[in-house]
Amino acid sequence: MRIYALAVYLFLYIPIGIIALFSFNAGRHASQFQGFSTQWYGKALSNPFVMDALTTSLTVALSSAVLATLFGTMAAMALQSVRGRLRLAFDALIYIAVMVPGIVIGIATLIALVTVFDWLNPILAAIWPLADAAPKLTLGYGSLIAAHGLFAMALVIIIVRARMAGMDRSLIEASADLGATPWGTFRQVTLPQIFPGILAGFLLAFTFSFDDFIIAFFVAGSQTTLPIYVFSSIRRGVTPEINAIGTMVLGVSLLLLVAAQAILQRGRKAG
Amino acid sequence: MQRRDLKTWLFLAPAGAWFLCMLVLPLIVVFVFSFGERGAAGGYVPAFTFDNFLNLGARWAAFKNTLILAPLGTLICLLIAYPLAYFLALRTSPRWRTVLLILVIVPFWTSILIRSYAWIYLLGGQGIPSLLNALGLGNPRLINTPFAVLVGIVYGYLPLMVFPIYVALERLDKRLLEASSDLGSPPWRSFLQVTLPLSMPGVATGCMLVFILLMGEFLIPAMLGGGKVFFIGNALVDLFLQSRNWAFGSAVAVALVLVMLVTVAAYLHFTRRWAGGRDDVSLM
Repeated sequence: MRIYALAVYLFLYIPIGIIALFSFNAGRHASQFQGFSTQWYGKALSNPFVMDALTTSLTVALSSAVLATLFGTMAAMALQSVRGRLRLAFDALIYIAVMVPGIVIGIATLIALVTVFDWLNPILAAIWPLADAAPKLTLGYGSLIAAHGLFAMALVIIIVRARMAGMDRSLIEASADLGATPWGTFRQVTLPQIFPGILAGFLLAFTFSFDDFIIAFFVAGSQTTLPIYVFSSIRRGVTPEINAIGTMVLGVSLLLLVAAQAILQRGRKAG
Repeated sequence: MQRRDLKTWLFLAPAGAWFLCMLVLPLIVVFVFSFGERGAAGGYVPAFTFDNFLNLGARWAAFKNTLILAPLGTLICLLIAYPLAYFLALRTSPRWRTVLLILVIVPFWTSILIRSYAWIYLLGGQGIPSLLNALGLGNPRLINTPFAVLVGIVYGYLPLMVFPIYVALERLDKRLLEASSDLGSPPWRSFLQVTLPLSMPGVATGCMLVFILLMGEFLIPAMLGGGKVFFIGNALVDLFLQSRNWAFGSAVAVALVLVMLVTVAAYLHFTRRWAGGRDDVSLM
């Protein structure tokens, strides 16, 4: 039984380990380790295309995670006092957002936005005071942030709600009985209790956006995120530079995940 | 009906608007477009026709591949995941359990792109095949085969299968197992008559989650199947980004969602029949 478990863990981690190992390979060869070197990290980090893609990915991940955490937490709090059809509708939307595969979300967002933009752009051009300077809506940062934010928001709502379910409601009542304002109660009682959930939700939202390929593939327009860059590079062949980028991407996600997990665990013990 | 004050509405408004614009509207557009026609230069022309659905057979190969490899991948995931989940839930000390569980879940949250890339590396010419060759076991072609896609699938989705089964087994009342053995059942019999039936809700949840996600998979077949092993997801990318046939592509997407809805309905039907079929799965 132990040996079996060990084998499964090896299966899960050896491929990742090999990617990491060969990112430090001095040579180009994909099966022989020819000495330790960090040259491929240097190459990756001085490649302007990689840095552009990384900037785009970080901007999108940060913006969508911040917006999703803010609006998701607000919604999770409001949903506590909502029953009936509105509650059912929100529950359904959250599950649809999580369950519909990324590829369907991607194509649906693509054709919906392109159709709406085709329809809005002539109107914008007509009503804009300076005809030449009229803004033109296109796919790009906005659509990436909006599409990633959707899934991320559903994630935040689920996590914050789970956290709220384990919250001691009598504390809130006590706080109100003792004369605290609703804002004071929120800041001093509710927020400290749900904060681990909010932070974990933020970290997961960021990780999701940073790693997502399929939705971005459809709605990125002329922008290139890091996963899109990596995908198109892989099609041109396996290089140690991709290993270096991949190892960094895995490292960032692992760090954020461990942080999210630690926050949730500590929150559970304190709560 | 309960009184809803202004604050509740204000707090729900941004999330609600986001859901409407980025989820409800796009899904409605796909549904409407699936009855339309292709424009001369690609894109969409309004129409009301069922031609796109009648024409789905044109992409039969993609549907066939998906409907064979997705259930097969789900089954292999289940067979590998169950013993591991069993080990984690019933054979580890609580101190190790959390760490081991986190180690299973963490890969699921890291980039599937990079994890599939790892297998391009391992299954490609300079990886396992050259190793086998050096050992004198021939030089099999592994990359760009259905086998490679299956390996990628199992690698990608195993964590998602382990977790719900683990949750079901961990909740299992251990006294039932003691009772069973006190009454003289050999361990294999206790397993078949107590453990296995009680873990079925977890098995069903894991299978449903993995199967649904596999139905929409694009990356793994694209990277490890080399254009030879084609899923519905790959057909969708082709239809929307290369041939720009939005109407037909929408019909394929609608068909995909329908297959998934049938799966979920079947899942709900079965879990409702099992007593205690509540399983609030969370992945963190």
